[in-house]
Amino acid sequence: MLCRTANDLYWASRHMERAENTARLIDVTLRIAQLPERYDRGKAEAAPWRRALEALGMAQAVRARYGGIDAETVLQHLLLAADNPSSIYNCLRAAREAARAQRVAITAEMYEDLNTSWLDMRGNSWARIHGEGISNLLEWVKSRSASFRGVTIGTLGRGEGYHFLQLGAFIERADWAIRLLDIAGSEDAEGGDGQDAIDYFRWSALLQSLSAFETYRRLYRESVSAARVAELMLLQETNPRSLATCTQTLHQVLQTLAGGQPLEAVRRAGALAAQSRYARIDEVLATGLEAWLQDAMGRLIRLGEEIHRQFMVSTDLAAPLPAQQNQGAG
Amino acid sequence: MPNGFDEMHDRGGGVRTHYHAFDHWLQSTPEPQIERKRREAEIAFHRVGITFSVYGEESGNERLIPFDLVPRIVPAAEWRQLEAGLRQRVHALNLFLDDVYGEQRILREGLVPRELVLHNSEYRREMCGIRVPGGTWSHVSGIDLVRAGDGEYYVLEDNLRVPSGVSYMLENRRMMARLIPELFNRQQIAPVERYPDALLEILREAAPAGIDNPVVAVLTPGSANSAYFEHAFLAQQMGVELVEGADLFVRDAAVYARTTRGPQRVHVIYRRINDDYLDPTVFRPDSLLGVPGLFDAYRAGRVTLANAPGTGVGDDKSVYPYVPAMIRFYLSEEPILHNVPTYQLRREDDLRYTLEHLAELVVKEVHGAGGYGMLVGPAASSAEIEAFRARILAAPDNYIAQPTLSLSTCPTFVESGLAPRHIDLRPYILCGRRIHVIPGGLTRVALREGSLVVNSSQGGGTKDTWVLEGGA
Repeated sequence: MLCRTANDLYWASRHMERAENTARLIDVTLRIAQLPERYDRGKAEAAPWRRALEALGMAQAVRARYGGIDAETVLQHLLLAADNPSSIYNCLRAAREAARAQRVAITAEMYEDLNTSWLDMRGNSWARIHGEGISNLLEWVKSRSASFRGVTIGTLGRGEGYHFLQLGAFIERADWAIRLLDIAGSEDAEGGDGQDAIDYFRWSALLQSLSAFETYRRLYRESVSAARVAELMLLQETNPRSLATCTQTLHQVLQTLAGGQPLEAVRRAGALAAQSRYARIDEVLATGLEAWLQDAMGRLIRLGEEIHRQFMVSTDLAAPLPAQQNQGAG
Repeated sequence: MPNGFDEMHDRGGGVRTHYHAFDHWLQSTPEPQIERKRREAEIAFHRVGITFSVYGEESGNERLIPFDLVPRIVPAAEWRQLEAGLRQRVHALNLFLDDVYGEQRILREGLVPRELVLHNSEYRREMCGIRVPGGTWSHVSGIDLVRAGDGEYYVLEDNLRVPSGVSYMLENRRMMARLIPELFNRQQIAPVERYPDALLEILREAAPAGIDNPVVAVLTPGSANSAYFEHAFLAQQMGVELVEGADLFVRDAAVYARTTRGPQRVHVIYRRINDDYLDPTVFRPDSLLGVPGLFDAYRAGRVTLANAPGTGVGDDKSVYPYVPAMIRFYLSEEPILHNVPTYQLRREDDLRYTLEHLAELVVKEVHGAGGYGMLVGPAASSAEIEAFRARILAAPDNYIAQPTLSLSTCPTFVESGLAPRHIDLRPYILCGRRIHVIPGGLTRVALREGSLVVNSSQGGGTKDTWVLEGGA
């Protein structure tokens, strides 16, 4: 498979996964922002929206671009902004462009699916989103992502192309497992009588946005707590969006691609998978969740770089230009 | 109502025999149902992304080439004649190319003016003396045919460089078979679906000598190109890699693709980029689309390019008038297909006649393509004619003129219902060890009333083309 093809497929699915997770992030933030002000003193300053942007590393850029942060600007920035390369609008566009460039490597149904998503998204406007309700749009984004995933699983042969689509989707999803936890967990509002209610509300909002509330209940049969949610998001192998599930999938896919060769990317993915597989939540919390998350994020980013270096560039292959012989016909 | 030969109706207004089945369907199908099918076709083409992008427009602005539900139908006997003519013509053109880059017998005999070939900007001196595999220069050819008032077919032009449009031929057929399956059951319509298979076959046959299992790739300028859909479509249908220049490199005069598993040899390149852009070290140095060193590998016989560089001299409009002479010279046969009578403005008599009759003639730039650089006298204002006169006088060698043919018409769905619109036909011919003429081809239709320009960049549409088999 061409390096360029591998790269495009990786980014097509990565962008779809990013669009879906951005929709889930907006969903959880909308829910948290519904907390009455007496529980969240930051509410007046749009603290939930600021926290969401901070988790994405976008707070500064948005402040500079719009002169401040409020619900409206964050929504615009994350949904439609043409100058935010990770807005849902741009994600759908990038996914469709990458698929268009690689129509040969995917099935017609996969391209048609992404093309349909993009054509619908292209016709969207802020006024229309307001009119139809933001949650309708968020549901639509999630269902478009699910559709692409389903068509991919259901129609594409299990060759290299499939593996690179998997890599893109799972590295992105692993990234969001860490970020979403960060958003709901960071900067707890100050204690007092309401603390339990706030915790409950935030963590259950997160679970609901991930469609993981029922899983949580079945698994733990106890009230929602920070430690349990962290465990579910990071270490639970039965949760399809947990860091453990994502990194194990990455490890398996890379092993398949390596075909027995001792690639650095396989080693890194294996180490990361082991880290979430064999960790225990009480140990993680004892050494500090924040530090653990930062370490995992760093390793994930380096894994992404290694995948890119191994499969998607071929710098050392470029042939030297032959000696000058410009007899050309202009 | 435009005059000209009506493909569906005879002079008395009766439906021609080969259109009976279709006419019956048309008459017995309620209008709303037809309307629904037309809409269905449009939605499907959009969803599948069968579009062409227009340069300079933003992404996602790819346009749809309008598809018309009324097929162009060619009776069996008529097609047999066309097929023989196309085979003959493409055979002769390949022999001509092999000759002008080789012994140049036809020039020595004085049958084609030497300077017209050797000083032609499409003549690639770099190709002189190169023996191409199997002597095939134009592997894929598209010959544009039109039908004049008497129903007689004429060759309007030859396309031997990178003729496009075949994906529309295939998709139009798929669409018709889906929308009106009953018509395919009721009559024998020659299939076109084998095209990608035949293309792969002739490309593999063209591999450099000694390669058992050649690797074929389609070379595209990239997804911004107007025909990108077709490049991707053909690569997919053939099951070969679709590459851009940057995906390939040359080492030790061999071509490799950059893959996730390291370099992989490529033996045959179906290139959909023009000669000029193939190799910046030989042709245009500013080209970013090509592959440095590609021409060296080609000259060394380590890779085959299809079509070969330099085929443009065979389809140049200034060379076109000599194709009948080529057929007589190389094949000792009389041409089966007619040329449109052509005035060569590099000749004094022809120039004088043309300048006196600009309002009646079609004048074309010899290197022009896509319907640009062309004057349609009867449709032009006197200011346009005068402006064109000045251009001709500045460089008469650059122009040819032809009588304005009243192209045949075919009923076509337009806003006001069914109305006759002018059409042409581009059959596709594949040359390998044998010559494959694909039955039918791409019918293009000028959607504006009275317009004779069928190019998609100028608002043309397409129709499915049915060649009937058997007695019909």
